[in-house]
Amino acid sequence: MATIDADHVSVDFPLYHGSARSLKRAMFAAASGGRIGKDAQKRVVVQGLRDVSFHLAAGDRLGLVGSNGAGKTTLLRTLAGIYEPVRGHVRVCGSLNALLDPNLGMNPDLTGRENIALRGLFAGLGRAAIRRLEEDVRDFAALDEFVDLPVRTYSSGMVVRLGFALATAIHPEVLMMDEWFLAGDAGFMDKARVRLETLVRGAEILVLSSHVHQIVARWCNRVIWLEKGRVVEDGAPGEVLSHYLARDQEDEPAASDAVPFTASLAADGAGALLQESDRGGLR
Amino acid sequence: MNPGDPDLAAPPVALRLKTAGDTMLDLVAGLGFSGRQRQAVADFAEAGRLWRLGATLAWLDVKGRYRGSMLGPLWLTLSTAVMVAALGFLYSTLFKMVLHDYLPFLALSLVLWGYLQTLVAEACLGFTQNDAMIRAIRMPFSLYGGRIVLRNLIVLAHNIIVIAVVFAIFDTWPGYRGLIALPGLLLWLVDSLAITMTLAALCARFRDIPPIVGSVMQIAFFISPVIWRPELIHHGARFLPLNPFYTLFEIVRAPLLGEIPGGIVWGSALGYSALLVVLSWLLFVRVRGRLAFWV
Repeated sequence: MATIDADHVSVDFPLYHGSARSLKRAMFAAASGGRIGKDAQKRVVVQGLRDVSFHLAAGDRLGLVGSNGAGKTTLLRTLAGIYEPVRGHVRVCGSLNALLDPNLGMNPDLTGRENIALRGLFAGLGRAAIRRLEEDVRDFAALDEFVDLPVRTYSSGMVVRLGFALATAIHPEVLMMDEWFLAGDAGFMDKARVRLETLVRGAEILVLSSHVHQIVARWCNRVIWLEKGRVVEDGAPGEVLSHYLARDQEDEPAASDAVPFTASLAADGAGALLQESDRGGLR
Repeated sequence: MNPGDPDLAAPPVALRLKTAGDTMLDLVAGLGFSGRQRQAVADFAEAGRLWRLGATLAWLDVKGRYRGSMLGPLWLTLSTAVMVAALGFLYSTLFKMVLHDYLPFLALSLVLWGYLQTLVAEACLGFTQNDAMIRAIRMPFSLYGGRIVLRNLIVLAHNIIVIAVVFAIFDTWPGYRGLIALPGLLLWLVDSLAITMTLAALCARFRDIPPIVGSVMQIAFFISPVIWRPELIHHGARFLPLNPFYTLFEIVRAPLLGEIPGGIVWGSALGYSALLVVLSWLLFVRVRGRLAFWV
């Protein structure tokens, strides 16, 4: 049975820019006892997630809502094991597929068939299963003979179809989905919708991040509202969504917990608290 | 939710990923050294499990680079051959050496150096070049390193033709004695992975390292006996084993030229390799969890 446990999870992002990326400066700063080039060690850290805890079991359909930069994608990446928590504990049982990047690992110089085979190898499929994956993706994406041509020769529509078909071909127990999957709803073919819904229904656990609250309301049986990396509310979709939408309309949420200097940055879309850190070196 | 087409409603069974209850992701923050080391070991174990993916990626890298050219990767062989021939004639005159002695030495040296130089340059981009991939999916970091080493081994294998041709022309086959080069090659393999993982991680954190590495490699090329024979140094030859490039080259090169490398040479090669592997492992254990934030 698939489960997800997040226990007091915090994630920090170091924002390296300019001199913080330079070894020469870091060494110069160290050699001069920190008197010169101290800025090389002062890094800005974005608090991506703050003390997030929840437990999901088979049958749970979790929706993540929140404004831009609230930490939805960071949480998805942390649950997928891409970002490792700075504090806390993440534990996921079950095969996992995270639909985070539409062109995940797609190499435009390789043919469609080669790209499909690589994805199959990553999923640990055998030769026969990879051949079936190939057929499934080729048919769904309507690639026909293009499957043996490099992806860079494809029309943009074909690239989108290939990316979508590949991402949705392998059915995991734990499915994480970022909102791009639901973007461009108007152009979303019926065929694709059916395929996506099959995938979602087949997964034991779904974690979905979306702006479109209708989709969250329809697909999810639990919603977590994130703001600045913290859980604001966690509960049934109807309740949380109504609070979230009500808060949304208040225009400017009370920035009581944000220090004045970070408020402008938060409005810029960074969204999380910023802090200076003195830890240098390989952190 | 309208199931629609029945074919699409049920996915092919083979494509469903089912677990035996052990597929697990367990990430705890604030681990001590042993906990981090376990995760680093797990990283390598997972990469080993995905070796088919690594090998396919490496092979497609080589193929992709030469797609559409008639000779394919043999272009590299050709350019190495031209370089060996040109440098061979020039330097055998400059150093007043017999071509029969010098050209097999030079062919071996240049092929090995070409491998090392390309490996190091590509290692610097090992993680930064794959940033989109690293941020989109959890994949063992050692797989990125292994892919670079494998890709360069494939290219090296193509260049061995040059060495074979030179040996054939001058009839300098080392015979069974050449097999003594095998342990040396094994050491190269281990060192290759260690240096790749080290540089890839450091270059992800500090973006000014690739040019530094480039300069170091260039200086090393000239001060190490790569294109000049070590016998040309008369005074201070006993300090040569202090140069890791010299001893690592010697343990592979000497047996293939019909000589047996001495204990000091092997000791130096092993010592430097052990140092490299240990430092590289400590670095990887330390930074593995941070790499995704750096790229």
